[in-house]
Amino acid sequence: MSATETQASPVHQTVRTPDPNAHPARLKADAVSVFYGEKQALFDVSIDLPEKSVSAFIGPSGCGKSTFLRCINRMNDTIEGARVAGKITLDDHNLYDQSLDVVELRARIGMVFQKPNPFPKSIFENVAYGPKIHGLARSKADLEEIVITSLQKAGLFEEVKDRLHQPGTGLSGGQQQRLCIARAIAVGPEVILMDEPCSALDPIATAIIEELIDELRSNYTIIIVTHSMQQAARVSQKTAFFHLGKLIEEGPTEEIFTNPREKRTQDYITGRIG
Amino acid sequence: MNSFVIAAMLLVLLGLAYQTGWSRSRAVAQSSGQRLHSRPIYHGVWVALWVVIPAALIMGLWALFGPGVADQFARSQIPAEIAAGLEPGQIVNAVSRIKAIASGFGIIGEPQPFEAEAARALSQFQLYGFLIVILAAAIIGIGALLYARGRIVPGLRARNQVERVITLLLLACSGVAILTTVGIVASLLVEAIRFFTFINPLDFFFGTVWNPRFSTTGTGAEGDYGLIPLLWGTIMVATIAMLFAVPVGLMAAIYLSQYAHPRVRNVVKPLIEILAGIPTIVYGFFALVTVGPFLSGLGATVGLDIRATSAATAGLVMGIMIIPFISSLSDDILRQVPQSLRDGSLGLGATQSETIRRVILPAALPGIVGAFLLAVSRAIGETMIVVLAAGNSPVLRFNPFEPTSTVTVTIVNQLTGDSDFAGPQSLVAFALGLTLFVLTLILNVAALTIVRRFREQYD
Repeated sequence: MSATETQASPVHQTVRTPDPNAHPARLKADAVSVFYGEKQALFDVSIDLPEKSVSAFIGPSGCGKSTFLRCINRMNDTIEGARVAGKITLDDHNLYDQSLDVVELRARIGMVFQKPNPFPKSIFENVAYGPKIHGLARSKADLEEIVITSLQKAGLFEEVKDRLHQPGTGLSGGQQQRLCIARAIAVGPEVILMDEPCSALDPIATAIIEELIDELRSNYTIIIVTHSMQQAARVSQKTAFFHLGKLIEEGPTEEIFTNPREKRTQDYITGRIG
Repeated sequence: MNSFVIAAMLLVLLGLAYQTGWSRSRAVAQSSGQRLHSRPIYHGVWVALWVVIPAALIMGLWALFGPGVADQFARSQIPAEIAAGLEPGQIVNAVSRIKAIASGFGIIGEPQPFEAEAARALSQFQLYGFLIVILAAAIIGIGALLYARGRIVPGLRARNQVERVITLLLLACSGVAILTTVGIVASLLVEAIRFFTFINPLDFFFGTVWNPRFSTTGTGAEGDYGLIPLLWGTIMVATIAMLFAVPVGLMAAIYLSQYAHPRVRNVVKPLIEILAGIPTIVYGFFALVTVGPFLSGLGATVGLDIRATSAATAGLVMGIMIIPFISSLSDDILRQVPQSLRDGSLGLGATQSETIRRVILPAALPGIVGAFLLAVSRAIGETMIVVLAAGNSPVLRFNPFEPTSTVTVTIVNQLTGDSDFAGPQSLVAFALGLTLFVLTLILNVAALTIVRRFREQYD
């Protein structure tokens, strides 16, 4: 946790509070900058993201937190004119290495989006989609098992077990979002990225998803971008505060929320900016 | 001249009515001290509507029934002793001669004294009639104006009532489109039924020989009017066209919407759409001069006997013609698939082509099927390419490399030249047109059904 402290850019210093109890980090970012055409959206972000725990990115709109999240599974590749500098490593392999297969990477680092986006297919087909394209199931029974386990892990199976072959788009918003989580889990990822997964949901559905995130933590490295500071406080162990494209402060969630060391962080969590 | 007078009068009346409503409402508001429910312009429009609707109604009635009344009048002007000596057909003739003299166009030959007399009376009658109608419209218009003016009070809901009239106007406009369709179908139907008094419908729909002899005299020389060869030709040419156009058009659409850089797309898409702007007659001689001989030569090298004008030539060129339809429509539809679905698939580690095949195409399928069926309708109705390139040989053949003919081409053939619309030779065109109409109607209904079913499944 302490090694990164020396690598921050000279222009901008991220305030870091180390966490002695944190799990080891397999996912590390080192001086990541993102440009959209001429405009720089992210400035030299370096952070270690511990495994088997939830890390939350907070900050006002347009602060670069989603941009950074999308760098981690290289979804920025799909945006015209986006360029990424610096490096992100998973088990010391650079994700931006020329030889890396993006398709394989995205199977290891799954993503859940802001708005639930189930495919216009049945619930079963939605979850089976990933395993099918990656050839994870040897037989039909295999596939069924993967689908059912994934739905169970996403806490959706009991609600949909009688209508697995009905369209996934017919579910409620919260169920759709859990379906998308099940879909991501089905591929067997190590990391799950969540881009404001509850912003389109009502409070009850949000509570269910938050509970689910807490359960998933024991098996996956979860990174969540959120607008809600309460949500970050509830679900995460580590919090990173972004402002204007820079990583201002990062540390154990408890520390950040009770005892921020940087003034901007304090202003944000007390509601004075953003 | 007359229409100018009417239009000018109406405009003056309208302006007057609008002005009256506008100023009256303000005056009323001022004198009563109350706030108007609607703004003065709505009162102006309200009074104007009150004026124009009855006036237009009277004019409309005159336009509708005036000619009939004039006809009756002209007929009554023929002296009884002369009318008694004429056949019914001759009376009709005399009436039209009288009307021609009255209108100042003149007729062939010298007018008979009674005709000249009747024409003078008629033109006077028409003038008086016109004046009476104008006067009536003006009086009623002004009456309505005064009535409406008197009804203006601050609480009048002129705004809501004007709104309702506008709704009715919009409804009437959409009614025009529907009524036109009904009219076309009715006229097709009437003429087709006349055709079926000559030819047994069973012989028409199930006959396999097309050979309408062109002879206006004689009873046994009516020829054969079998629809099957023409229908088969149509289906064959359209199928060849679709077989060519669907894969090419769809793949072009996929490239444009999913892979092409915006700059490439902005150049390529208009270029493809230029294809849609080429007149079909130009495609026709492109087929005749270039594609036909090319196919024929190609066939010679591989040992196939391909005629220069054949179903294949026409189908191929028709396919080229409908590529822009398919690609342009499909491109728009594919681009409407939400980015979130694309992201969702890519985020699971799908490649771009997997995403297209498994997510984007299924999601866009209803629209794409609709585009296909539109293209099929286009192909079935297409005429000029087939006239030039298919060889015009209405014989039932199953080899696409031989000449054929289609329903549309046959309609053209039957209607060009001297046709009197009395014999089956030209009336058959209506039966064919009706068949074509029903065919495209079925396709459109099928398209709608398919689209609806998929939509239920995917939304």
